[in-house]
Amino acid sequence: MPIEISEKTIKHEFIEKVSQLSGQDIFKCFQCGTCGGGCPMSGQMETLPRRIMRMAQLGMEEEVVNSQTGWTCASCHTCTANCPRGIDLARVIEAVRLLTLRKNINMIEVSKLPAETIRELPQIALVSCFRKLTS
Amino acid sequence: MKVSYYPGCTLKTKAKNLEEAAVASMAALGVEFQELSRWNCCGAVHSLADDDLIHHVAPIRDLIRAMDQGSDKVVTLCSMCYNTLARSNLLMRNDEVKRKTINDFMTEETDYHGEVDVVHFLNFLRDMVGWDTLRSRIKVPLNGLKIASYYGCTLVRPKDVAIEPVGERIMNEFVEAIGAVPVDFAASTVCCGSYQVLAHPEAVADVIGRIIESASAAGAEALILSCPLCEYNLAKKQDELVRNGKIAGKLPVFYFTQLLAIALGLGPESYRLDLSDVSAIECLKARNFPVESAAATA
Amino acid sequence: MSAPARQVATGDRAILPEGAKTIPIYVMGKRYEVPETLTIMKAMEYAGFKFLRGAGCRGGVCGACPTVYRKEGDYKLYFGLACQTVVEPNMYLAQIPFYPANRAVFDIEKIEPVAESIHALYPELFRCVACNNCTKACPMHVEVLDYISAIKQGDIARAAKLSFDCIQCGMCASRCMGELPQYHIAQLVRRIYGKYIQPRAEHLEKRVAQIESGRYDKVLDDLQKMSHAELEKIYKEREREPDMAPLGTWMPKDTQYL
Repeated sequence: MPIEISEKTIKHEFIEKVSQLSGQDIFKCFQCGTCGGGCPMSGQMETLPRRIMRMAQLGMEEEVVNSQTGWTCASCHTCTANCPRGIDLARVIEAVRLLTLRKNINMIEVSKLPAETIRELPQIALVSCFRKLTS
Repeated sequence: MKVSYYPGCTLKTKAKNLEEAAVASMAALGVEFQELSRWNCCGAVHSLADDDLIHHVAPIRDLIRAMDQGSDKVVTLCSMCYNTLARSNLLMRNDEVKRKTINDFMTEETDYHGEVDVVHFLNFLRDMVGWDTLRSRIKVPLNGLKIASYYGCTLVRPKDVAIEPVGERIMNEFVEAIGAVPVDFAASTVCCGSYQVLAHPEAVADVIGRIIESASAAGAEALILSCPLCEYNLAKKQDELVRNGKIAGKLPVFYFTQLLAIALGLGPESYRLDLSDVSAIECLKARNFPVESAAATA
Repeated sequence: MSAPARQVATGDRAILPEGAKTIPIYVMGKRYEVPETLTIMKAMEYAGFKFLRGAGCRGGVCGACPTVYRKEGDYKLYFGLACQTVVEPNMYLAQIPFYPANRAVFDIEKIEPVAESIHALYPELFRCVACNNCTKACPMHVEVLDYISAIKQGDIARAAKLSFDCIQCGMCASRCMGELPQYHIAQLVRRIYGKYIQPRAEHLEKRVAQIESGRYDKVLDDLQKMSHAELEKIYKEREREPDMAPLGTWMPKDTQYL
């Protein structure tokens, strides 16, 4: 599927924002794919981290923000640990999540969770889940 | 010996087995765990945004409690708490600007500059108690029990807070010290899926299946870990995985502190099998280790 | 010489006490000159406000009049009760008589008295980031962060004790980053604690049983039939434990009603 990339489509502000929030130089990524290779959640991601990085480099804001990648990520830092260019990908993915969350959008509705689930889960599961998936 | 101890919320409820086994074991070795007074939830995860300071306040507040109570180190059992406390501690030690902003924000607290060391219980066991001392106090060596040591993520990543340099020896050393046989397996640091058990349970089931298969294929008879969320994911998902054929059979899961308590010859009340899966109880019974009679027959 | 005519406030005209100095305060951004010794509540009424909401017991315990204010030249926010806080020059205030904090529906008769019940009713509890805004906003100096922490840890007793002084004013919830309704959660905790967990006062239960068995019927009956003079007599002659008597050192001579 052809994608148009031109000065018209590159969202510079978005690149700036992701870079600032994550504190990472996303242009260091040379697309080796080691991140997605080690990712435990990659089986459920329709867009692997490598592609997210490429799209971020190309300022494809909509595609990056609308992808499910960040919402499937478990923040395990395997990508960060393995990246040969020393990019802290966990931070980049967190930055992408925050672009949505900081608009006061929740990815799970806390009040709609079944009571049984809340009773059963260890508190750290609830605390960490709400931190990563709610605003 | 006394040492400051940070439990974390889960260890007071769902993961009492992790805590009580540790406290009892340490008492038997002459170490008193002094729980911090007035501690709060650490937040479970480290905030990864460059401009976010408020999410560091919770763990730093706990470190300030430790400092104000005269401690220079705080020991913790829960892997997620360890990771969060340690990373925020590093931030306060290394980032002058953020340190000042956070200290200025917390007007009601003493200023903190990283005075307290955050230590995971495994490091404490190795460095302050010592494997030789531990070995000499073993009353019930777990002879021949093949144990896979599961680290998960938060004990080993990112590397500036890892409990040891790359190599994953410390848990194997512990296994050897309690008289059992360590089994190396490929998935020992593969993430269990963590909080995604809430939002993407199928993805978690997948990765749990892989971890269990990896350990079982390497010959493990039991798996040990240090995190209540890993325990929940690894132990609670197994019935479902056996049902849909993703794993051949169940692998008993223990907190490493439970096996420590057994090896030190402490009674079943200290290792709280009432909170463990039935497969864990069966595993112990099969080897004639004492199990909590009320729970086993309930 | 006749007494000077007494001035009476009729509601459309406020009276300045003689010799009183006035100071400026700002209510919702508008400037008013009010006597300097008044509480915020009285000062606002002096200025002509009539409280339809935001006033209750006027005694610092009902939680109806929480007020947020700043002082001159400072960004800092202060929180107090209008009926208890005395005005200061250039105080800049607004009231928050009600905050739409979440309140879960539950049946206290059917609820299981464990922490998980509270967690399930208020899952937003786990959005707390320990920022401490709640404690800072509390006019009763309740340790809100600590009791929320205790609830997360499953310690119902501790949370009940720490939140005891809460007057349900709602300011904690108004400042909360995680959108927790702290005061509603705490009330549920105290209700569970009081109904299911707190040890019963055995001596009270015993006494109630004695009363219900009719042990005191006769003496109460006799008292009701006594004349005023007789009552006065037995009142004056009553036995009374001396003030500050050490525990266990005094017993009345007449022990029949103990």
